[in-house]
Amino acid sequence: MSTDHHKESFWTKYIFSTDHKIIGIQYGITSLVWLLFGFTLMMIMRYQLAYPESPVPFIGSLLGDGGILPSEMYNSLGAMHGTIMIFLGVVPLAFGAFGNYFVPLQIGAIDMAFPKLNAASYWMYFMGSVVMAIGFFVPGGAANSGWTSYPPLADVATMGQTVWLWGMVLLITSSLLGSVNILVTVIQLRTEGMTWMKLPIFVWTQFITAFLLLLAFPPLEAAGVLQLMDRLAGTSFFMPSGLVVSGEVLTNAGGGSPLLWQHLFWFLAHPEVYVLILPAFGIITEIIANNTRKPIWGYKALVYAMIFLGFMSFIVWAHHMYITGMGTTIGAFFQTTTMIISIPSVVILTALLLSLWGGSIRFNTPMLFALGFIPMFGIGGLTGLPLGLAASDIHLHDTYYVIGHFHYVVAPGTIFALFAGIYYWFPKMTGKKTNETLGKLHFFFSFIFMNGVFMPMFVQGLAGVSRRLWDGGEIYAHAADVLYLNEVMSVSAWLLGLAQIFFIVNMIVSLRGKKTAEVNPWDATTIEWTDTTSPPLGHGNFETVPSVYRGPYEYSVPGADKDFTPQSEKG
Amino acid sequence: MNQTLAAGKSFGTATTGKLAMWLFLVMDALTFITILIGGIALRNAAPSWPQADVILNVPLTAFNTFLLICTSFTMVMALNGVQRNDQKSLVKYLGLTILGGVVFLGIQVYEYYHFIAGNESLGAALSASGFSGDKFLPSTGMYGAVFYTTTSFHGLHVLSGVIYLFVIFLQAKNGIYGSDNFDRVEIAGLFWHFVDLIWILVFTIIYLL
Ligand code: HEM
Ligand SMILES: [Cu+2]
Repeated sequence: MSTDHHKESFWTKYIFSTDHKIIGIQYGITSLVWLLFGFTLMMIMRYQLAYPESPVPFIGSLLGDGGILPSEMYNSLGAMHGTIMIFLGVVPLAFGAFGNYFVPLQIGAIDMAFPKLNAASYWMYFMGSVVMAIGFFVPGGAANSGWTSYPPLADVATMGQTVWLWGMVLLITSSLLGSVNILVTVIQLRTEGMTWMKLPIFVWTQFITAFLLLLAFPPLEAAGVLQLMDRLAGTSFFMPSGLVVSGEVLTNAGGGSPLLWQHLFWFLAHPEVYVLILPAFGIITEIIANNTRKPIWGYKALVYAMIFLGFMSFIVWAHHMYITGMGTTIGAFFQTTTMIISIPSVVILTALLLSLWGGSIRFNTPMLFALGFIPMFGIGGLTGLPLGLAASDIHLHDTYYVIGHFHYVVAPGTIFALFAGIYYWFPKMTGKKTNETLGKLHFFFSFIFMNGVFMPMFVQGLAGVSRRLWDGGEIYAHAADVLYLNEVMSVSAWLLGLAQIFFIVNMIVSLRGKKTAEVNPWDATTIEWTDTTSPPLGHGNFETVPSVYRGPYEYSVPGADKDFTPQSEKG
Repeated sequence: MNQTLAAGKSFGTATTGKLAMWLFLVMDALTFITILIGGIALRNAAPSWPQADVILNVPLTAFNTFLLICTSFTMVMALNGVQRNDQKSLVKYLGLTILGGVVFLGIQVYEYYHFIAGNESLGAALSASGFSGDKFLPSTGMYGAVFYTTTSFHGLHVLSGVIYLFVIFLQAKNGIYGSDNFDRVEIAGLFWHFVDLIWILVFTIIYLL
């Protein structure tokens, strides 16, 4: 049953496929292209920050008069960098690509529960990304009110904002369809013996992520509808009365509440940060267990910590709003919940660290990225604590300190985990091996330059340099002492860009190369390695769908004849 | 290969399809609740709010509400029909449900048209509530904003429901459903009942309070 022998055309096989593996790869390629694009926007912006008002080399003529990046366009690129990185890059890669490809494989399913719905969510995402791209070509340029789209600014912004909202509606719908699919798949399609407490941690993280998306996106969808009404139908949900824009009093009815948007937005956007990090935890856990050759420390603690994290993430959102004048009671509530939510993150990180203890570690490329992830995520997490306390946040809010904090979480954090996952599962997806030397070079240079970009941001932020500044703080006296860091960060960012060439070359060379991978090159225990047909996998995934008899990380079991015991091995 | 390996599996008493619909309804309910609570919050913050029956035509909409409740009843009858393998009654009651939905939408469109075209008595009602002009539009204060956003978002759901049921109706006419195969009718019914239920909330909050 596993191999269909009828001939399929290129279009049905690779473009309009309903096979979860092809859809996963479609998500993967699309999102990697967007990640590169979003990063390129930032490399352009970093030129203006390092050398304010001097012409940008190579592409200056596309930007504006004399090749200088105009300030309006700086705002557009910044807003689109944030939007693209999160909604078109990391989430589709972490949840769309990895989730689609490996959740069915790890639970022993031959496909997702709803294959057609799955294809529909990919195409919805694709259309959403096209709409976002169209934004760059409308009068006034792409959305320029930040990825947070705070009204009233966003309500009166140029047309790009409307395009952004339509794009978001498509992207949200796509995520919702995808999350229903993952939830149903995990609940219904686990193979015989795959009980909840035998699930690989990766599946748990995808499952919790799907819940977060399902519960957090509806308020943003509603908020998006309200903002669209404000912009298109003349309502004033988010418009206060008597607003003056460019010296003119607006004639809208007024009476609306800009703060309502902030509440609805952050009710989504805080859980969203866990959407960005949970799949990363999942990937890292798989790789650490595999390369330390011992069981993960505290499987149950990890699972419960992640579930707790998911719940708590819905009651911390207003820590992004301390400076909006909330009372001390509400402030105290959100400070408390924020401190509590840091506990499960610490539990997770501790479990991962203890898993390293006493292991005979194999330092291959995926493992290097996984080991890089741990301290980087640690820095990101710890620098978040002062932001969770109102007294210190009042000083740090909207400075480069915040930018540094969350980039440590998402860039050397999540992005490293995603690279780790790509290197780890590449042999399964393609049947080819990646080049270890290129992989290690990719890691070391990325590691150095990531820190070169983001570490100085803490210094600038503590000195009070604001985010979203076109001139990088040149006109502020308090920034004068730390202004030289702008060049350090920019050069690091461009070198970071160059370092990605190792990755791209590695992918191409390995795909074309002759080095074929064995079925289970890492000697792993989970069933996507041990029981699938030889890679690249055909329709149906398994020769015969395996039954599961044991937990996911039975490495170095005393008395076993090899140092890994597959989940599907009886005993 | 079988499209859904899960076709035979069930979660408690729910089939895979039903589970998916329930999850979808959870998220849709959250979207509605956000819009409704947002509306209530803005209303509480407003210095004044019109009496519900001054501008809106409450008796007409009460009739519409009654109509929608009836379609929930006909939907139950349709499901009951297919479970007894009574094809005729399935098709008949599905048809009636769709008809009810279409009439509901027609009345809503009529109501909107009446507000947007405007007239003198509407103008009088508006000025009694502190608004100027003789048209009631989305830009007529926070009141208009909340009214149009809530009712049109619900209207879109009725429209989707009508289209959804129409597809089921066509399939039913081809006789693909029977007493051993009615899961999809039941799932469509869940959506329809949900849309009715939400309307009762909308009606209470917008037209009665
Ligand atoms: C690795 C390369 C990256 C670099 C060099 C970089 C750099 C920057 C810089 C300098 C800013 C501040 C711009 C300003 O305030 O004017 C920024 C903003 C931002 N970045 Fe990144 N970033 C990178 C990756 C990412 C990733 C992976 C994500 C998300 C997953 C991300 C999400 C954001 C967001 C949400 C903002 C805020 C945008 C706004 O102000 O509305 N970035 N980035
Ligand atoms: Cu937060």
